[in-house]
Amino acid sequence: MLLQAIAFYVFAAVCVASGTMVVVSRNPVYSVLFLILAFFNAAALFVLIGAEFIAMILVIVYVGAVAVLFLFVVMMLDIDIAKIKEGFLDYLPIGVMIGAALLAEILFGLGVLGSTSTVSTFSKAGGQLDNTRAIGQVLYTQYFYLFQVAGVVLLVAMIGAIVLTLRRRPGVRRQRISEQLYRPKEASVTVVKVPTRGGV
Amino acid sequence: MVIGLEHYLTVAGVLFTLGILGIFLNRKNVIVILMCVELMLLAVNINLVAFSVYQGNIVGQVFAMLVLTVAAAEAAIGLAILVVYFRNRGTVEVEDISAMKG
Repeated sequence: MLLQAIAFYVFAAVCVASGTMVVVSRNPVYSVLFLILAFFNAAALFVLIGAEFIAMILVIVYVGAVAVLFLFVVMMLDIDIAKIKEGFLDYLPIGVMIGAALLAEILFGLGVLGSTSTVSTFSKAGGQLDNTRAIGQVLYTQYFYLFQVAGVVLLVAMIGAIVLTLRRRPGVRRQRISEQLYRPKEASVTVVKVPTRGGV
Repeated sequence: MVIGLEHYLTVAGVLFTLGILGIFLNRKNVIVILMCVELMLLAVNINLVAFSVYQGNIVGQVFAMLVLTVAAAEAAIGLAILVVYFRNRGTVEVEDISAMKG
């Protein structure tokens, strides 16, 4: 139990620290890398309470897809970092004020600031099924339509991203396979009578 | 030293607040704002999974997966819009994005 507590505090501390670095980092590339670190530690937190499937999905989807997408875009756009960080501290007072108020409200709502004497421990129910099997039994039966809608959402996102970023440039030569294959001999080959020692 | 529900909810609350703070601080860089939104969605996921395990009800994890799906879709669309915008305007500063002001 002590080992679990130590692991929780380490992972939570690294998660919060890397979240802070996402916010305050000067270079967006560092922000993305710290975001990946935060996701890894959140996945570790999920594993600690026995939600392995969500943890693995988090690593695969977020680290494997979303974070790499962010990294691509950050590196593709040529952004002037110095210029973009110019007014970084302008909104620091109001931001910290609102953040502190929100955090105090959340913690007060949790009762952490009030009484920390009672800790509601996690139940060990559902031990006979492993996590992935339990999710599958619910997801493919009771929430099947929701699952399908999630797929449609991803399809719409994919089509939308392609449509948004597709660009037809004028003046670019493209292959038109069928026209190239069907063009007659007369259109492409001419027989030229070359005089001897004359050249073309 | 028992780790309970409150610990997880505290971590989620701190992460959510960090996301909001990041939106306030990085007023110029839309990419970092999108990253902060992802951070807030991660906090929501931690809440969902913690409550799911706490109550022994697996449905919370199913919803966490749906949140993950929507977050991935949102990141893809948002970054696509950002790329198109940067191609047209040459900037990603929030203050310059005012073409649709009413």
